Amino acid sequence: MSALLQVTDVSVAYGKVEAVRAVTLAVAANEIVTIIGANGAGKTTLLNAVMGILPLKGDVAFAGESIARHDIEDRVAAGLSLVPEHRELFATMTVEDNLQLGAFRIVKAVAAQSFERVYSLFPKLKERRSQLAGTLSGGEQQMLAMGRALMGAPKLLMLDEPSLGLAPIIVADIFRTVSELKAAGVSVLLVEQNAKAALRIADRAYVMELGEFVLDGTASEIAANAQVEASYLGFSHAEKGAV
Amino acid sequence: MTRLLPIALFALAMAVLPLIPGMPPFWIVLLDNIGLAALVAMGLVLLTGVGGLTSFGQAAFCGFGAYTTAVLTTAYGVSPWLTLPLALIVSGGAAVLLGLMTVRLSGHYLPLGTIAWGISLYYLFSKLEFLGRNDGISGIPPLQIGSLKMLDPGSIYYVIWIAVLICALLSMNLLDSRTGRAIRALRRGHIAAESFGVQTARAKLLVFIYAAVLAGLSGWLYAHFQRASNPTPFGPQAGIEYLFIAVVGGAGYVWGGVLGAALVVILKEILQGYLPLLFGGQGQLEIIVFGIMLVVLLQLAPTGVWPWLTALLPIKPRRERPDATVPLLPRARSDAHSGALLRVDHARKQFGGVIAVNDVSFEVQSREIVALIGPNGAGKSTTFNLITGVLSASGGSIAVQGKTIDNSPPQEVVKLGIARTFQHVKLVPDMTVLENVAIGAHLRGTAGVFASMLRLDRADEARLLAEAARQIERVGLSAEIDQLAGSLSLGQQRIVEIARALCADPILLLLDEPAAGLRHMEKQQLAALLRQLRDGGMSVLLVEHDMGFVMDLADRIVVLDFGTRIAEGTPNAIKTDPAVIKAYLGAAT
Amino acid sequence: MNTTILLFLLQDGITTGAIYALLGLSLVLVFAVTRVILIPQGEFITYGALTYATLATGNVPGTARLALAMGVVAFGFDLFAARKSLHARRILRAAAVDLGFPLAVLGLTMALAGSHTPIAVNIALSLLIVAAIGLFLYRIAFQPIAHTSVLVLLIASVGCHLALQGFGLVFFGAEGLRGPTVSDAAVTIGSLRFTGQSIAVYAITIALIVALWLFFGFTLYGKALRATAVNRLGARLVGIRTSLSGQIAFLLASVIGAISGILIVPITTLYYDTGFLIGLKGFVAAIIGGLVSYPLTAVAALVVGTVEAFSSFYASNYKEVIVFTLILPVLVLRSLAAPAVEEEKD
Repeated sequence: MSALLQVTDVSVAYGKVEAVRAVTLAVAANEIVTIIGANGAGKTTLLNAVMGILPLKGDVAFAGESIARHDIEDRVAAGLSLVPEHRELFATMTVEDNLQLGAFRIVKAVAAQSFERVYSLFPKLKERRSQLAGTLSGGEQQMLAMGRALMGAPKLLMLDEPSLGLAPIIVADIFRTVSELKAAGVSVLLVEQNAKAALRIADRAYVMELGEFVLDGTASEIAANAQVEASYLGFSHAEKGAV
Repeated sequence: MTRLLPIALFALAMAVLPLIPGMPPFWIVLLDNIGLAALVAMGLVLLTGVGGLTSFGQAAFCGFGAYTTAVLTTAYGVSPWLTLPLALIVSGGAAVLLGLMTVRLSGHYLPLGTIAWGISLYYLFSKLEFLGRNDGISGIPPLQIGSLKMLDPGSIYYVIWIAVLICALLSMNLLDSRTGRAIRALRRGHIAAESFGVQTARAKLLVFIYAAVLAGLSGWLYAHFQRASNPTPFGPQAGIEYLFIAVVGGAGYVWGGVLGAALVVILKEILQGYLPLLFGGQGQLEIIVFGIMLVVLLQLAPTGVWPWLTALLPIKPRRERPDATVPLLPRARSDAHSGALLRVDHARKQFGGVIAVNDVSFEVQSREIVALIGPNGAGKSTTFNLITGVLSASGGSIAVQGKTIDNSPPQEVVKLGIARTFQHVKLVPDMTVLENVAIGAHLRGTAGVFASMLRLDRADEARLLAEAARQIERVGLSAEIDQLAGSLSLGQQRIVEIARALCADPILLLLDEPAAGLRHMEKQQLAALLRQLRDGGMSVLLVEHDMGFVMDLADRIVVLDFGTRIAEGTPNAIKTDPAVIKAYLGAAT
Repeated sequence: MNTTILLFLLQDGITTGAIYALLGLSLVLVFAVTRVILIPQGEFITYGALTYATLATGNVPGTARLALAMGVVAFGFDLFAARKSLHARRILRAAAVDLGFPLAVLGLTMALAGSHTPIAVNIALSLLIVAAIGLFLYRIAFQPIAHTSVLVLLIASVGCHLALQGFGLVFFGAEGLRGPTVSDAAVTIGSLRFTGQSIAVYAITIALIVALWLFFGFTLYGKALRATAVNRLGARLVGIRTSLSGQIAFLLASVIGAISGILIVPITTLYYDTGFLIGLKGFVAAIIGGLVSYPLTAVAALVVGTVEAFSSFYASNYKEVIVFTLILPVLVLRSLAAPAVEEEKD
């Protein structure tokens, strides 16, 4: 099986501090892979390095070609897309302008199809198309960020903490959409603190601690792992006890 | 005294230099010019490189110094030495006026403002009748000691370089002090500095005036060196050149200013000498080379030549460890108060149409650890900022030991015994752990600017550094005490912030996500430390996402969601609270 | 004060104010997209004006050669930046932009320059030359340090100003030049006489503002530029090259600067260093507009122009002092209204 995204021995450092140490990871076509771990474990750093926002040591190959030295823009053109933790929307521009810019690298005819697809995935965005992105609610902004990324028709979508700070009901919505993406042929690399929700929709998972992967396996294996249960899912005991 | 040895050697070398037989007088003139430029550049080092306030207008302050003595000595016959204090006062006074208007400006507005008044003052110099308009004032008397008239470049040389050396020493002393730490915190993390009582606006004005006075001194010397004064050397072009000098030498280093002056003055001389030979006598070719070099330098060596040179030295200066046994008196406590230590009553904060904190009320008793939890954007950090005065509340009241603190600035809040850490670490990355932590004790020191410059602050300084060392020891970072804060891991930086907060000798510690990025063991150590602090009489209010950590540690928990308090109680009560499970903990459906 | 003088000064103020408005707008544009405070805007003005004036005398201006020289350097930078993935297409594209474009401009200039060349051709050539210089200036001086702080960019900007001003002296000499007017027609309404030149100033200012509005509001590249200004990381994540945005911004700014210069040079004599002061007055307006607001900047520019007209009438000696001091109360107001935000990144 040749992976769509193959990350080999990647380290990322801020000055002298290594935030990610010799990490290896693969995402196959049509697969949802999640990286779970505590705040500060290095998950966001890893995603940013794969996208080209941060410099890295090691290799990143996408669709068989090394992209480790490519600019962000070339990685986007290759079919890699990141929805960053802070969403990075164009706040003073309309929803439609945001989406149109998402298709900046795409031919016009394809962009028209992308619009249809995004609006059918997120009907809310169609309602708000002429509203300024900055005036949307948190959940709608997350949808717009995902929609903007999908406008470029990526092969792999990387999501950084999509549930961050959102109400649980909206989180459920977002995660449902992520599973739908897989059905539409988009692979997903999902970074989440909300391990429970992430493991539910993922095919495979990596557990990250202090910049290293300490565990990996299928999502169900990871969910059943006692150690993971204790550190990341542990609190569910208290809830279960309560309910 | 090893600190002074290199400077003494340098002074000796400079003293001997003109005595070398066969020294061309032209070189002495060059050295005079280097010294004059070095004075201005040194001021810029403190202002721009260290304090982060860029000024393109320093040449105008030279003009104040030069014209003051020019007018007083020629029109009123005042003796040159008597005009020195007046020249410094005039340039300092001008700095106060311009500084009050401009130093509060953020980021790029300040340099633009300095360009504007730099040009404005240049035109003023060249239009005013009593300053001789474009022709300026000539016939300024030379400096004189006894019967020695300093008419030639070789005699005023000593005055110039003694001034340079004294100013360099004063500048270095100032940076290595309580006030110096406040100045060094201006560029990065001034909100943190304010939270420990640093009056940042005053510190900015101070270094602005300091730089202006140095420029004024240079201008005064220039007037007596040239024996004339006209507007050209005080125009915008010269102002740009001074900044160039500081950047070339290394804008973060006092001696970088001197080195930059030497490099640029000599380079300019060479360019003016040779370029016309190469390209024919047309135009100011050195300006082209200067401009291109500035651009190239920023691309290749943005920190300047000095740090690059010192990195080549085989011997690294050793840092002295503070003597941790020197006692520092505890902060004066206000009288015992029977009610809650912290009382937040219907606190409210609105940003435009968004209500970030919506009538939130809770209390923290003495000797209690309270945790504030909730989803991102629930208003936790905003609540912290309201309590510490970083933001002013739109409504409600907050009281510490019965004293309301509503809308006092952070500098006042810390005096009530509240110290904090930040969600996004706010340390000065190019200062050591010790220096960063010592900022926490800012209010417990007394030494002022002049004491620092003259090094009369050593006893006070030793007490502050000892306290800082003790707090670093307490949080378990003694091994890192001399590291630059920026080189530590994020988790360690959070712990440094806690040590800094402890240095303020607080009664209430506010910690914003202290456990983020810590390993399991480190979390346990942190929890143990916080329990120990509580048992010693301190209260802690913390924001944290790590539920294991919070549930284990907190005496009480307050849950916020969408800016509203949705629950409050013991950890066990919170775990089972249906509203909390729905909004935050998430139901395991 | 008599009404004729009042009206005359107002008219004069609005004419110069319109030019400051153009400059202010392009400064805001460049700052928003690249965070560069464009001090060399003044040189774009001078270069535009004096290139046009030199062409009018039938000579080939040195700026055309400078454009080619800068193109060669830019080509070197492009090759160096692409050294790890040298595709033939990438090299060809760089060669076309960096070498082909300025070479064609120089060739055209040498072929067309002459004492009987139509004004329109001279204007077009001047704009092309200055546009190339603006484009390459960003590529050479700013693109390599695009990620640094506003302050570093500002110092680099000052460096560019020094170098370009020095070249200006070499190319055009210390003597001032005047260029031919676009039109010698004049209209008299009441006691006011509108020259063809001043009408051209109004018309072109308005046309340019409308064109900019259309460009930013309705074209993909215009929106991409706005997106870069609003959120640089966001723009990169959708594949907008910030280096391209920066080059477009500089291209626009240099063209606007050159147009301003060509509009002024028939009215007043320009020297190699006059542009700096004119550009700075555009700055006064841009700063009043907070470097973000286009309409506020345009209005402020008209005020600056009017103040200048009145002060040159009543206190001509202190004209510059007054205009540049005007900025101080504005800065004070800004600092009083400054919110408690932290600028950690600088």
